[in-house]
Amino acid sequence: MSDTVIKAENLGKRYTIGHQRGRGDQTTFREVLVQNARNLWNKSRDLVAGRPVIVGDTLEEVWALKDVSFEIKRGEAVGIIGRNGAGKSTLLKILSRITEPTEGRVTIRGRVASLLEVGTGFHSELTGRENIYLNGTILGMTRTEIKKKFDEIVAFSEVERYLDTPVKRYSSGMYVRLAFAVAAHLEPEILVVDEVLAVGDAEFQKKCLGKMGDVTQEGRTVLFVSHNMGAVSTLCSSAILLNSGRLTRQGTTQQVIDEYERLEALEVRSEWTAPYNDDAEAEAHLKKIEILDCFDQKRHIFKSSEPIFIKFTIDIDKPNKNLKIGFDLTRNGLILFRSEQTDSLPPGSLIKKGTNILVCRIPPDILREGDYFLRPMVSIHMVHWIQNDIAPAVLFTVRFDASRSSYHMSITESNHPGIIFPQLIWTVELTTS
Amino acid sequence: MTNTLNKSTIGASEAILVIEPGRTEKNYWSDLWRYRELFVILAWRDVSVRYKQTIIGILWAVIRPLLTMVVFTVIFGRIAKLPSDGQAPYALLVFAAMLPWTLFANALSESSNSLINNANLIGKVYFPRLIIPTATLVTAFIDFLISFVILLGMMLWYKFIPGWQFLYLPGFILLALLASLGPGLWITALNVKYRDFRYVIPFVVQFGLYVSPVGFSSNVIPEQWRLLYSLNPMVGVIDGFRWCLLGGNSPLYLPGFLLSLGIIAAFLYLGVTHFRKTEKTFADLI
Repeated sequence: MSDTVIKAENLGKRYTIGHQRGRGDQTTFREVLVQNARNLWNKSRDLVAGRPVIVGDTLEEVWALKDVSFEIKRGEAVGIIGRNGAGKSTLLKILSRITEPTEGRVTIRGRVASLLEVGTGFHSELTGRENIYLNGTILGMTRTEIKKKFDEIVAFSEVERYLDTPVKRYSSGMYVRLAFAVAAHLEPEILVVDEVLAVGDAEFQKKCLGKMGDVTQEGRTVLFVSHNMGAVSTLCSSAILLNSGRLTRQGTTQQVIDEYERLEALEVRSEWTAPYNDDAEAEAHLKKIEILDCFDQKRHIFKSSEPIFIKFTIDIDKPNKNLKIGFDLTRNGLILFRSEQTDSLPPGSLIKKGTNILVCRIPPDILREGDYFLRPMVSIHMVHWIQNDIAPAVLFTVRFDASRSSYHMSITESNHPGIIFPQLIWTVELTTS
Repeated sequence: MTNTLNKSTIGASEAILVIEPGRTEKNYWSDLWRYRELFVILAWRDVSVRYKQTIIGILWAVIRPLLTMVVFTVIFGRIAKLPSDGQAPYALLVFAAMLPWTLFANALSESSNSLINNANLIGKVYFPRLIIPTATLVTAFIDFLISFVILLGMMLWYKFIPGWQFLYLPGFILLALLASLGPGLWITALNVKYRDFRYVIPFVVQFGLYVSPVGFSSNVIPEQWRLLYSLNPMVGVIDGFRWCLLGGNSPLYLPGFLLSLGIIAAFLYLGVTHFRKTEKTFADLI
């Protein structure tokens, strides 16, 4: 019996995001008033016309999911893999009917229970016992079912002693255990699970994985999203890979994980994309960093004789003339230098609201052989940091161009000590014979 | 019946669900029935949490209408010397209106904030969203029951015996709830997108207390304005309550009552349709 329980055809989900036009370039009170009045007028016009009202002056459409089609058979456990913002959560939300797709359709046979977080609806004032009923019902269990499994749930959660204590007095570990215990006893025909195992200690995670394995043994269908490739490969027989909202691969778990890792390895080196959940209040958002060669091609291995271009894509919400963007370049944990756009551009050169692209050129014949890490930084000069991650975002490799030297095949500490290897110009001033 | 999730039924009675943009669900109302346990538990949660971590707890439900009643009785009955209905004591006249008004005001403010207060549920699980605002009505109703006990006490004190009209009271309680549900649904749906409406409700409630015949009998309204006055749906509900509780002392002004009824129905219709229309976008907007 190989019947299809979930069939998705050309699924797409579009979000419309509004961007505010610059607040920074309005200097007078009058201008602010005029702008506000204009916004009010636009909004009320939209409201009257029945159009969706969106905050902001410019609109951007984002396809979180596009042309996604797949089929899932009964009893399969399918992993959904992808980077942050690849559309995994959107897909799960559509399948569990929380949000509606913009296009396409899904046909589902059987009842779906979705577990997009543990402890949905937990109320901190209520006791553990009360919350089991509350959470269970929210997840779609009936009262009789919960009653039947109550002891099992309590045993699984290991919080018997505190069953009649309000959960606000629980430690976070107890809270998560109780929440997961309820979720683990769901028995729908189709179970949709988002990254919920990221919580809890390792021991408990293992217990949860075991419990979920049991679920699939019973012939139920499971869709499982996780960043933990180990968990995906133990639980799932097949997988789906999403990339920028598109389905790029469907196959056995191993194939898909291999593909994912291949893509990751490729992309981590020459490109960095901002995760979705950055601070919405910030003046600017660094969206992307790419390493390019002089032909504008993404690369991560360069000859020492080539210039290297670092391209920053930054969205500016609130223009500020003190906005600075820059990076530290490190090798073996050592900072070689820091560079900022203000080093060569006049201050206030980065104040256009919207998407800005800046390119920094590292001239040829300066870096010596090795792997270089780039750590981006965005700040309002002397005021505050917008982005100052400790982790490097991109990595590129420089190989010595042997054609530049007639003596050396490579530059090493012994033949050329020093942290950089600038190819300086030597001229002959005088030779006497 | 309840074990639809049982293993034995897999493959046998499974429903086929189609998810498509703009698809109106045929089984929405039966779904609503299937999720009745969720309704019960959400209502129970709201009730049991309502007075947690307060010192006097449930007494809040007693104090607020009682004090308002005292103030109104003094101001409208003693100082302004407005007439009561027939033989009814003025305090009873006021309290008979305080009951439906508080019920309406609580139900309206609770339901119109309900979706925002449950934003985490909306983003994480599916269920017919109509459950959330309707479940809040239960909290308002429980408060009402408590105040009702006070009314009975007051009736004993004044040795006032209601007539046969008392039997119609449940109908009017339902009417008060429906009167709040209509605008409540509408506003809670709007609230998801425009938080402005959060500020509208306290104003409406405060304003409405004086516009509605709570502190005075609607018989003091000149005859030619009565019908216009009944455009306020709470006029019909309050008159109905007085008719039930004060017996023959407060005859029902029928054209006005029917008009209020019509307005309640219209609001309910608008509320439900708007709610249903926007329901699917809640998770994206909240």
